[in-house]
Amino acid sequence: MASLIGFYSLVFGLCLSFIVVLFSIKNFRNSLVFDKKILSLTFLQLFFVITSFLGLIISFINSDFSNETVFNHSHTTKPLFYKISGTWGNHEGSLLLWLLVLNLFIFLFLLKSKEQDKNYRILTLLFQQVIIIGFFIFIIKTSNPFNYIFPVPTEGLGLNPILQDPALAIHPPILYLGYVGSSVIFSATLAATCLNYISKNWAKHIKTWVLWSWIFLTLGILLGSIWAYYELGWGGFWFWDPVENVSLMPWIALTTLLHCILILEKRKILTSWVIILSISTFTLSMCGTFLVRSGILNSVHTFANDPERGLYILIFLFCLIFLSLFIFFFYHKTEDNQKYDFFWLSKESSILVNNWFMMYFLVVILIGTIYPIFLEVINSEKISVGPPFYIKLIIPFLIPFLFAMAIGPKLKWIKSDIQNKINLSIFFIISFFLSILIIKNLKVNFLVNTILVTSALYLFLVTSKEFLIKGINNLAQNLAHFGFSLLILSILFNNFFSTEIITNLKIGETFKSEKIHITFESIEKKEIKNYSSIIGKININDPKGLNQTLEPELRIYNQPNIVTSEADIKTNLFSDKFITMNLVQNQDYFNIRYQIKPFMIWIWLSVLLICSGGLISLFRKKI
Amino acid sequence: MKNKIFFSVAIISSLIIFFVLFKGLQNTNIYTPQVDVKKDIPYFEAKIFDSDIVKNSNEIFQKENFYLLNIWSSWCAPCRNEHPILLKLKDQVNLEIIGLNYKDNIINAKKFLKELNSPYRLILSDENGIIAIEWGAYGVPETFLIHNKRIIKRYVGPLNMNSIIEIKKFIE
Amino acid sequence: MKYLKYILIFLFLFDLNLLNANENNSHSEITKNLRCLICQGQSIHDSDSEFANSIKILVSKKLNDGLSEDQIYIFLKEKYGEWILYDPGFNKNTYFLWLLPLLMFIIGGAIILKRFIIKKN
Repeated sequence: MASLIGFYSLVFGLCLSFIVVLFSIKNFRNSLVFDKKILSLTFLQLFFVITSFLGLIISFINSDFSNETVFNHSHTTKPLFYKISGTWGNHEGSLLLWLLVLNLFIFLFLLKSKEQDKNYRILTLLFQQVIIIGFFIFIIKTSNPFNYIFPVPTEGLGLNPILQDPALAIHPPILYLGYVGSSVIFSATLAATCLNYISKNWAKHIKTWVLWSWIFLTLGILLGSIWAYYELGWGGFWFWDPVENVSLMPWIALTTLLHCILILEKRKILTSWVIILSISTFTLSMCGTFLVRSGILNSVHTFANDPERGLYILIFLFCLIFLSLFIFFFYHKTEDNQKYDFFWLSKESSILVNNWFMMYFLVVILIGTIYPIFLEVINSEKISVGPPFYIKLIIPFLIPFLFAMAIGPKLKWIKSDIQNKINLSIFFIISFFLSILIIKNLKVNFLVNTILVTSALYLFLVTSKEFLIKGINNLAQNLAHFGFSLLILSILFNNFFSTEIITNLKIGETFKSEKIHITFESIEKKEIKNYSSIIGKININDPKGLNQTLEPELRIYNQPNIVTSEADIKTNLFSDKFITMNLVQNQDYFNIRYQIKPFMIWIWLSVLLICSGGLISLFRKKI
Repeated sequence: MKNKIFFSVAIISSLIIFFVLFKGLQNTNIYTPQVDVKKDIPYFEAKIFDSDIVKNSNEIFQKENFYLLNIWSSWCAPCRNEHPILLKLKDQVNLEIIGLNYKDNIINAKKFLKELNSPYRLILSDENGIIAIEWGAYGVPETFLIHNKRIIKRYVGPLNMNSIIEIKKFIE
Repeated sequence: MKYLKYILIFLFLFDLNLLNANENNSHSEITKNLRCLICQGQSIHDSDSEFANSIKILVSKKLNDGLSEDQIYIFLKEKYGEWILYDPGFNKNTYFLWLLPLLMFIIGGAIILKRFIIKKN
């Protein structure tokens, strides 16, 4: 029943799209005021999509296995929370969520843009409807979440256990708010380009939307990372995996856009560049969807993939690209009277430098992600592009980027001068010596790492000074930049000082080294509703007097029958102790992996700081 | 004018990208071992199954005839299915079947052979799987046809009736 | 300058050298750069599959035999192709991969210089 309502709501939603388009075109041509009916129709469409989404959720809650999606991804013994989160934990449901966010954002946009020009609002709605219609058809044709199966199975196949996790349950909605939220920026920019509407005022208005997308995308990536850290069981939080890369690319584009809009807002220059960035942000999101859903790349985070779906998204993606290219080249009037009258040392040029480097990082990731596809098509050789590639190409450029980031925000518009030179040089000397102290005892490349740590420390010192002295004046920016410097530092230290011990232990055995004793004390078995678990008690003992018992867990899920390994993590301010155990085939011992990961919590906290910078920026504007 | 040039360049390059991605959709994203490489067999030393005698690859493959090296294990279900096929090839003249027992428990392996009969002239044991890696093997079961110390054919996954016909064609 | 002093004190109190790097460094360094072929996007180091475990044993054996990191990569590349290496070497297949980003960086810099900095006069 719920499935049926869900499906028909979806069809009604699609019909409404066409009605909205008709009304909008009429309104665009014939009237001077915005027709209130359009707003109501858009709301009605949103209502239908929400109904459809609720229909799917209810099917999941009721374990209605006549619905194919529910059958494939749910099970009666699953806890209620995961039944609900299972709705968007699969391809079909998550696309419905996409659609929901697309509709939600355009509705909010219409509500919040009352003071803007009528034609601009309608045109934005039209462009957004193009995307919405594309997704409606995509869902109904290739990935209908409401397929009926007969005879009705009595039991479902269950949700992949590694997705049964609180962080991952809220990860997709939040990520999508950012990912799909950029669609509004895309539509609005195209509309503004057509109408030649881009101005300082427009920049101020669109900045809100950029900020919201950016905040949600940042949070979404953070959640995904945290989940990977404790659930995948090998203690990393970023693997340069294609699926992670495709979420990072729109993030970089959005961050660049955010900085670039600052210039537009103040000086009304660089309009073409802002247009290109807005278009590429959403294009990158779509491109990411294509790469993930088509299964064209080999990734940890697999979706059930289907070339037919891939083909549809691919065609749709390129239609959007052609549309935007067309609008950009034929409607956008490049204003030659734009005055680039700024000095090489000024806020403008520092933001340009920021854009330059950010684009470079984006290009590295983009090429690294899709190059293997190209190579395979062209001369059918398979290669892997992994972490070493990204590290080698990004790190050398990160160093000047960090230095520039330390100096840049201090500069003034148009023409500037570096003040407090003595102070800055003192900071540099301090960070240089500190980094020598830190690096000299490590078995890593001395020169590169010293410079790298120097730049990170330098940024850290400069931004913390800024933050402490002038915090209130420019809180949003200071907080975000301070957070970023903290992030880089924590990641670096985390890399340098991580320790890992991998050993095979039977129950009762002890691993002994000079620094640490690891004793596998006992195991305990427990039966829980949808899995049985084996909990190991492992005692960590080191000469410094630390004595801790960690309890990693093995879960044997019944539906589907999958063994997962749950890490036990003890977090404190300085480091995480991370332990996992794994079964070894045909053996009576367990594989124990113990890691000390310093500054883990600071990585999460610094990303939160960056986010709160964005939030404050939104909040302060409203006052 | 300048605009039009840029526009055409942008359109053409996106068309190329579209085409490549479209082609890419048809390729698989997982590792596919190359089957028809003709290579010399690797050098290795292995323990004979259920004994302490160590032999190297030159001693094992010294004869002129064909060899079939089959990687198997008692815990691998497809190996069980492929077993009757190997038994059919057992009495083939000019062909010696050599088993490579991959990461197995010796008791289970013996039970397996007792239950299903052994098609192997000689069984080598590969306790930790590194000999299989020397061969570039990808999983179990996997089979190599060898002549004059060269690999002439490789079968990834279980053998089937077609592979028997093919092998017979090779050795006649 | 006061807070600076605090930062310094904080950093020295927290003696960084107590935390030490890995004991068997080169082994994990190598296995991190290898792709587990039967997994989806996992490195050999991170995987617990049969295949990955065998490769781990093989790497330690080769290290004991005195092979260098690069020799091990070459060995595995010969057996399984370039797909197993996470670090794509610089060869005819990957010229574009390595050089294109750098080229874009240079082009970007040139555009900025030309349009905004030099154009003034």
